[in-house]
Amino acid sequence: MAELRTERPTRTNAGPGRLLIAVYLLFAIAATSRAGLQILTRFDEAPLAYLLSALAAVVYIVAAVGLARAGHAGRRVALACCTAELVGVLGVGAFSLARPDLFPDETVWSGFGSGYGYIPLVLPVLGLAWLWFTRARG
Amino acid sequence: MNAAGSPVDGVPSVVAIVLSLLVAAWALVAALRHRPPDRVQLIGLAVLELVLLGLAVLAGVALTGGEQPGEPGAFFGYLVTLLCLPPLAAVLARMEPTRWGSAIVCAVCLVTPVVVVRLQQTWQVLGG
Repeated sequence: MAELRTERPTRTNAGPGRLLIAVYLLFAIAATSRAGLQILTRFDEAPLAYLLSALAAVVYIVAAVGLARAGHAGRRVALACCTAELVGVLGVGAFSLARPDLFPDETVWSGFGSGYGYIPLVLPVLGLAWLWFTRARG
Repeated sequence: MNAAGSPVDGVPSVVAIVLSLLVAAWALVAALRHRPPDRVQLIGLAVLELVLLGLAVLAGVALTGGEQPGEPGAFFGYLVTLLCLPPLAAVLARMEPTRWGSAIVCAVCLVTPVVVVRLQQTWQVLGG
């Protein structure tokens, strides 16, 4: 594949973007399987935490698809997802510290993603930065 | 804990973890040197997959021998995920023949040891 490289990439699904998509995929797999298992086997123990895990899983999947599809719609989807993630990880992170009784079991976003090496906190920032970096020049 | 212990502890999982970290280090150097994924990375991923398949076989043998993981659902989830990681890295590396392909191989090979350790933990819960 010949490289048609201008001075700045404008596609979200090439180069560093593909690394980002790969990490999103890993998190989509991790969050989906975790949430699926929690909801199937012990939903009653911590319904809020497990529903949030499921929500996080969906957001990761949609974000990965949005980044991979690129284009206008893909970018908008990715933007919405990265924003939702950032809000989610900050909100759930703060809530899990303030009201641990609401979160008897961990979610991907508990403690600002501390159970996953804080990557859930870094990932949406990288996603937003990447969307900004590849924006169409106006 | 009996003498047999957990089938996912011991030499094979140590080999998997060390090999994975070696491939990650090699891929990191390649990424830093602006190199696309090379043969060594792809062969490393293939060997890693073989070791992980060996780990799965050991777990299967232990299961037929009547042993049980502490958390069966999580254990099999991690096992399936683990087996998918090296092929995923290889496919993405082939799609991205630039330094970022090497970066993907590095990232996946850093995640693999974590999943191996989680696999060990989900076997152990009851076994202790």
